[in-house]
Amino acid sequence: MMLSATTDRPPYRTASPDRDMETTANGIKIRAREVHAWYGDNQVLRDITMDIEAQRVTAIIGPSGCGKSTFIRCLNRMHEMITGARVEGSIELEGQDVYAHEVDPVLLRRRVGMVFQKPNPFPTMSIRDNVLAGLRLTRSERRSQGDAIVETALRQAALWEEVQDKLDARGLSLSGGQQQRLCIARALAVEPEVLLMDEPCSSLDPIATARIEDLLHDLCERYTIVIVTHNMQQAARVSQRTAFLLHGELVELADTNALFTSPADSRTEDYITGKFG
Amino acid sequence: MSTPDPARTRPPSRLAEQLVRALCLTAVILPVLLLVGLIVDVTGQASERLSWDFITSFPSRHPDEAGILPGIVGSFWLIAMTGTVALPVGVGAAIYLEEYGGRGRLANLIEVNLANLAGVPSIIYGLLGLELFVRALGMGRSLAAGALAMALLVLPIVIMSSREALRTVPRTLREAGMALGATRWQVIRQVVLPMAMPGILTGAILAIARAIGEAAPLIILGAITYVGFLPDGPGSPFTVLPIQIFNWVSRPQPGFVVDAAAGIVVLLVTLLVLSGAAIYLRHRFERLREG
Amino acid sequence: MVDPSRSSLIRARTTTGERLTERLLLACGLLSVLTTAAIVGVLLLETLEFFSEVSLAQFFGDTQWTPLFADKHFGIWPLVAGTLLTSAIAIAVALPFGLLAAVYLAEFARPGVRRVLKPTLELLAGVPTIVYGYFALVALTPLLQRLIPELAGFNALSPGLAMGIMIIPMISSLSEDAIHAVPRTLREAAYALGASRLQTIFRIVLPTAMSGIAASVVLAVSRAVGETMIVAIAAGQQPRLTADPRVPVETMTAYIVQVGLGDTPTGTLEYRTIFAVGAALFLMTFVINLASQRLARRFRGAYG
Repeated sequence: MMLSATTDRPPYRTASPDRDMETTANGIKIRAREVHAWYGDNQVLRDITMDIEAQRVTAIIGPSGCGKSTFIRCLNRMHEMITGARVEGSIELEGQDVYAHEVDPVLLRRRVGMVFQKPNPFPTMSIRDNVLAGLRLTRSERRSQGDAIVETALRQAALWEEVQDKLDARGLSLSGGQQQRLCIARALAVEPEVLLMDEPCSSLDPIATARIEDLLHDLCERYTIVIVTHNMQQAARVSQRTAFLLHGELVELADTNALFTSPADSRTEDYITGKFG
Repeated sequence: MSTPDPARTRPPSRLAEQLVRALCLTAVILPVLLLVGLIVDVTGQASERLSWDFITSFPSRHPDEAGILPGIVGSFWLIAMTGTVALPVGVGAAIYLEEYGGRGRLANLIEVNLANLAGVPSIIYGLLGLELFVRALGMGRSLAAGALAMALLVLPIVIMSSREALRTVPRTLREAGMALGATRWQVIRQVVLPMAMPGILTGAILAIARAIGEAAPLIILGAITYVGFLPDGPGSPFTVLPIQIFNWVSRPQPGFVVDAAAGIVVLLVTLLVLSGAAIYLRHRFERLREG
Repeated sequence: MVDPSRSSLIRARTTTGERLTERLLLACGLLSVLTTAAIVGVLLLETLEFFSEVSLAQFFGDTQWTPLFADKHFGIWPLVAGTLLTSAIAIAVALPFGLLAAVYLAEFARPGVRRVLKPTLELLAGVPTIVYGYFALVALTPLLQRLIPELAGFNALSPGLAMGIMIIPMISSLSEDAIHAVPRTLREAAYALGASRLQTIFRIVLPTAMSGIAASVVLAVSRAVGETMIVAIAAGQQPRLTADPRVPVETMTAYIVQVGLGDTPTGTLEYRTIFAVGAALFLMTFVINLASQRLARRFRGAYG
């Protein structure tokens, strides 16, 4: 792996952002400080500093190529899976630097789950096995609890009613929207604290999209959710906080209502009013 | 023909194109027809000798009593042992190169080396086996020595086909596994390998087919051409189908040519069965990938 | 709320099992490197022994190869000549057939036809070489003797032809890939200039794919040089410095088989000759393969 995590970085600014957050109702789950990321020589993130609040939905919007997917892939260290990819800066999960040398990315990913752009259930596994995949893969499944875990996760993903009679069918036999909810259930079964969603509805039809958006409302009572979307209406519908990224830089992070009604930055305004993108 | 303006006449392409097309098609069809002719000819020759007796008898000085049993049994032993060694090692190497290697210097060395190894003539593996396994390691002219040499011979094939199979598994599935907090090996074991398995097995069968037909290295490292017994273990002397055929074809009496033809039919049928299995697996593989 | 044992992110970065697995897999990969090292080592060792008794001048200067006779000569050229002669005949067959077949498959065949014909043609390469040897000796030679009465029972012609048929798919498959890799835009540009289909194929596509095609041909040469059973069965065992395809010859590989079949005691000079010949064969194929890889890389560099 070509990762170079800066462990001995200079102490970052402590002043304003942290103070501000203490006034909000929820604590801060993830703190990103001065995050830079590269693919080879190509810098895709520049100096991103952002706090992600617990038990909230944070949306990340921006035109394609702005680095929003890269940013959430840095949060669970999936970014480094790509040859030549590199990260600098600091990202803390509940105060622990996730890029510290002694951190095992595998343990991090059990706490920070991820749902991908295209539904990707494991083709060789049944619906049941897909839900349990995280536990099976990591050998932490307790046999007796399997069925209970499957039901809980599928209920949380609002898929239980539709598949309870065919748990042994292939995951791929489901419709696209169902597959994506199956992938959500699969991520939830590991009991993560944070759920990263990388444009989870981009390959789904409007009805399937609406089901997943409804689901996010319920899920944010228990999970911290970060959702990347190119769809501004979706960000407005599902999130409490919204971040706008442009050319790898964070332009603005604010309460969703504020960002869409009275953006502080003119670039944000241009984007949400459709002047570019 | 009626247009007077020469610049407007079409180039004489229609006829020429048809001719060239026919010529090119001939280049595909003719060799295949030759092969078919050869197989028909061999089968015709073999028909008078091909019987249950031929399959269950030992070789003999009399062409019409000779059988190929030791060759069949020897080939079976040999490919079983070859597969046991070459498959795990080959698949392991493929996994390393595809899933762990990246652009590291070691992976690069293995990569370059494999490309060269695949082009080494098979008979050279016979010399290697003779010196290393038969002599230096003291295995003698045994099945084990033959199988090890053969395993090294087919290793590049196994590695390359396994890599192909691993490459067809979408990256998104690996990412999904990793994102669930599984380690690299856990993802490989439980997500990647099950998906790649039919492809890997197809490659394995191709490698086995290669090993069954191969005679040269085994002659060098001392498989015997006239065997009156069956091998009873890895330490046993042995012969294989193609060597038995080679022995018959190089004898002057016409009767043995018929034996050779019969042996060839046995060999080809064996290969046909193996290829059938490979095709079946490939189909299953494609079905699986399409869901 | 969060189980404290789960809240820690710290563990040995990768568990020992995980690391052990990776080492084991690496070892599997390195085995192929070891194989090459062992081949080079074995050949080098015995060849050095060989040259302690036979001078390089003899090996490269003498024109006779008779190490198994009382009057021993160790000139490698007759074996090299036999190898080159049979290989040249094989390429003379495989090159036109393989190339035309590649053009058919890549440019003329409809996809459905191609899907059937390509694997069928590749069957030719899957047939064991012993079968081609039988074919050359039992069928081809008698047939050719009717046309060429002075053709000997063992000769370079029949095994060369049989070998040629065997390596057709090698040339056709790799050449077809090369032709396929030629960008469509080049073809369209040619058509747009008013070129006919044939002109496009032969003046634009094939020249563009040339280094890829050349790589496939060179690889086929290497295969022919290293081929053993066909020539061991049908070419004879008489090392002869000749370019006459009608008389018996012996190739390098056939010589190794000849000694391998006998009971030559290990450690003798006769025994070492096969390693010396093997080393020469290895070097030849190595250089040829290297050339093929060069060509293929050049092609990929242009149209990968």
